[in-house]
Amino acid sequence: MNNIKSALIAAGLFLILAGWLMGFRLETAGTRLVVGNRLDTAWEWLALGGGLVFLAQLFHAQVTRPFKLLAERGGSFALPAPEEKPMLFRLLTLLVLAGLIIWPFIGSRGAVDLATLTLIYVMLGLGLNVVVGLAGLLDLGYVAFYAVGAYSYALLNAYLGFDFWTCLPIAGGLAALFGFLLGFPVLRLRGDYLAIVTLGFGEIIRILLNNMTELTGGPNGIAGIPKPTLFGLAFERKGDSLFHEFFNISYNSGYKVIFLYLLALGLVVFTIFIINRLLRMPLGRAWEALREDEIACRSLGLNPTLIKLTAFTIGAAFAGFAGSFFAARQGFISPESFVFIESAIILAIVVLGGMGSQIGVVLAAIVMTILPELTREFNEYRMLLFGLLMVLMMIWRPQGLLPMHRPHMEMKS
Amino acid sequence: MTDLLAVSGLTMRFGGLVAVDQVALTMKERQIVSVIGPNGAGKTTIFNCLSGFYKPSGGTVHFRGQAIQGLPGHKIARLGMVRTFQHVRLFKEMTVLENLLVAQHRLLNTNFIAGLLKTPGFRRAEKEGLERAHYWLEKVRLTEFANRTAGNLAYGQQRRLEIARCMASRPELLMLDEPAAGLNPNETDELDRLICDLRDNDGVSVLLIEHDMKLVMGISDHIYVVNQGRPLADGTPGQVQNNAEVIKAYLGEA
Amino acid sequence: MSEPILYFIQQLLNGLTIGSTYALIAIGYTMVYGIIGMINFAHGEVYMIGAYAAFMVMTGLMMAGIDSTFLLLTSAFLVSMVLTSVYGYSIERLAYRPLRSSKRLIALISAIGMSIFLQNMMRLSQGSRDVAMPTLVSGGWNFGEADFQASLSYMQLIIFVVTFISMTLLSLFISRSRMGRACRACAEDLKMANLLGINSNSIIALTFVIGAALAAIAGVLLGSYYGVINPYIGFIAGLKAFTAAVLGGIGSIPGAVLGGLLLGVTEAMTGAYFSTEYKDVVSFGLLISVLLFMPTGILGKPEVEKV
Repeated sequence: MNNIKSALIAAGLFLILAGWLMGFRLETAGTRLVVGNRLDTAWEWLALGGGLVFLAQLFHAQVTRPFKLLAERGGSFALPAPEEKPMLFRLLTLLVLAGLIIWPFIGSRGAVDLATLTLIYVMLGLGLNVVVGLAGLLDLGYVAFYAVGAYSYALLNAYLGFDFWTCLPIAGGLAALFGFLLGFPVLRLRGDYLAIVTLGFGEIIRILLNNMTELTGGPNGIAGIPKPTLFGLAFERKGDSLFHEFFNISYNSGYKVIFLYLLALGLVVFTIFIINRLLRMPLGRAWEALREDEIACRSLGLNPTLIKLTAFTIGAAFAGFAGSFFAARQGFISPESFVFIESAIILAIVVLGGMGSQIGVVLAAIVMTILPELTREFNEYRMLLFGLLMVLMMIWRPQGLLPMHRPHMEMKS
Repeated sequence: MTDLLAVSGLTMRFGGLVAVDQVALTMKERQIVSVIGPNGAGKTTIFNCLSGFYKPSGGTVHFRGQAIQGLPGHKIARLGMVRTFQHVRLFKEMTVLENLLVAQHRLLNTNFIAGLLKTPGFRRAEKEGLERAHYWLEKVRLTEFANRTAGNLAYGQQRRLEIARCMASRPELLMLDEPAAGLNPNETDELDRLICDLRDNDGVSVLLIEHDMKLVMGISDHIYVVNQGRPLADGTPGQVQNNAEVIKAYLGEA
Repeated sequence: MSEPILYFIQQLLNGLTIGSTYALIAIGYTMVYGIIGMINFAHGEVYMIGAYAAFMVMTGLMMAGIDSTFLLLTSAFLVSMVLTSVYGYSIERLAYRPLRSSKRLIALISAIGMSIFLQNMMRLSQGSRDVAMPTLVSGGWNFGEADFQASLSYMQLIIFVVTFISMTLLSLFISRSRMGRACRACAEDLKMANLLGINSNSIIALTFVIGAALAAIAGVLLGSYYGVINPYIGFIAGLKAFTAAVLGGIGSIPGAVLGGLLLGVTEAMTGAYFSTEYKDVVSFGLLISVLLFMPTGILGKPEVEKV
């Protein structure tokens, strides 16, 4: 009986929550505002929804059982640590790398382009992973460093004519500098305060970029950003030193796409290498110790603020690299690309991937970038489903797809 | 010879509550000093003030002649004063070995580039770190658990690990907050031997908060008694045991 | 009175008006944080929902021929408050309660997800364009000479009065009623309150409902004041209100009020004397500066770590 009562209440709540939204709509008839009645078309959906909610609540236990399994299983599914089988791991890495380098030459152009976009998000995810997953800091404004990197290249190129390769390290360095300047006063704050301050910082950067029109082009952004060159050879159809002319082959716009992909791949490999090294250094150990127990760290002489600052700065640097590549690939940037929802998406990638786990983050980035492409028909509902997915993932599987299996320092007897 | 630790007039107020009131103590090198007193006497608060986790409301603390009152905890630890906690604070998800490596953080090569490129200097530092960790594991007899997750150790083993971890950071003064709590008599005897070993062979002084009187009386060079945040008495074990005020504080009026 | 002074007073009044509504929303954030230590990211969207509900009710009544401003506003308040309370309760029940014992970051992600969900739900249902309503309350008191007149509009007056009444009622509730006492106990020590027989789940649900109702009031007031709403006002208002709550000291209701008013006045002054584009930048700058010197906010309790 109790179950039926709660099921009725749940269905009733659903009808209230959804009914007014689906049944009525504020429309402008001429200059007046009216409330349009759509109950006649909406009532079927409402009834269906109400019925579903009623049943779900009634059979609550049965419905949630498969999801509980989802949460538990996979805790035991952790990839074997690289240390256990070094030979196998090295072989696997080489195979995967070889595969990744070869496939763009046989894949379709659209697929390679999508893969490049995915790689950008992989890089962003790995970078934020350092801040959130490894050092345990709540950063909601990561997109700010992404923007700094992108605009660094765009502006340095527009005003000083620097090319991509010169700007790449500068972009990373500038983003790291911003990270340091922001982090220095702010990282001693408690977790939740840090979240709101970083969120505010992200917004500040966006507003500044939007309003300093003389410098940054304002809402119109900056266009005409050149693509990177290969040792001075450009991948354009016309120009000075051209790739296809140098090698005496006919022009194919596919070369540009493949080159960008390989460049992105290189950046990602570089990122993974650096982070792996960091994990095996005293700094990486300090990050984990800090995440576990800050008070114990202080009692052993570790300065928490300094350690957090290194994570924050390094994470920002990676966003800077990703940003400059993004600007190069797009050819055009505007403050529109650097809104809060981007920070939320990257954060979702980190958490969905299993905080701290590099492979998990890579997988999550792939899923998050490719899934929207596959479900193009539902474009309107994409964001809605994204929000829903975030809530559901946290409830059902907060540890992420592939929870972290860290390399442990082993003592050889 | 300057005292290793000289505390004078230490006071700690929380709003209107005076938790520690004009406490004074001194310690020399290679000494074992205990702080005892009934529950709620403010002993852990004293520790927190000395180790930089609280900012004292008044008084001075000198470590090797340098004033350290008000300094943050990590700075005081770097000067050579480390402490354990009433509730074991190990890095539970990290291995025993890693706990000992984290403790040596400031002694290892933390240079970013060196670590990235695995330079010989970096490799040497890591190797030395492992060797030092090995030394301390042997000392507390936890060698076979080196690769075990710290959270999976038995309680007594966790306590020993906590002490080893403190020692791995090469302190001059070790502050132990109720190290014998929850230990059985055998483990307490082991603790007794360990503390004396640390004093004699590794050259640390030990400041102890403890309730186990057998341990306290057997091991201490000097004892300070506090009651309700105020100093009550101090002296050798013999003197303290026969002090009427101390007896009254613990047992009430006869 | 001279012109500059009148101008200043005008800005002050404008600032206090906006600030009062920030305060109303900020209270919702601070109450929830005070009890369960989580940032209810979706709270801004609840405010937005309240505004839309108000618009719908008022438009519907106007279509039915009802003209009385009093009736329109009162109905808007009532319906909006009830509806947002249902939303507040449901959000807590569905997205937060299962995560009560999880880490902070997990609950925060869920809240962000809920915020995105609600925003897009509204966008799909009502369109992403602005929705404008005819001005209900016009006119006000003007003072000053012919050159420049400062005015306190009737709408502003309504905002002040309604805000003041709401906060007084809330404050009486918290300090005098049994439920209010239970709220305070839960905010101090949730586990202990539970052990003493207080149903913490109900109290937490109540906190969300109160917060939602206050946000609804803010939604009605601001919606009527500006006359224009869209699905995205929740994010901005939420961010500002949370900034206000942190500024005043998160967990403290008087702090939320103080923070809200302070933020509103800062915004108005920055917009008037400096530049309108950068007023948000100044607001966040204010937040960072305050936190640097007072890490727990202006009225926040300094935290003493238990070691």
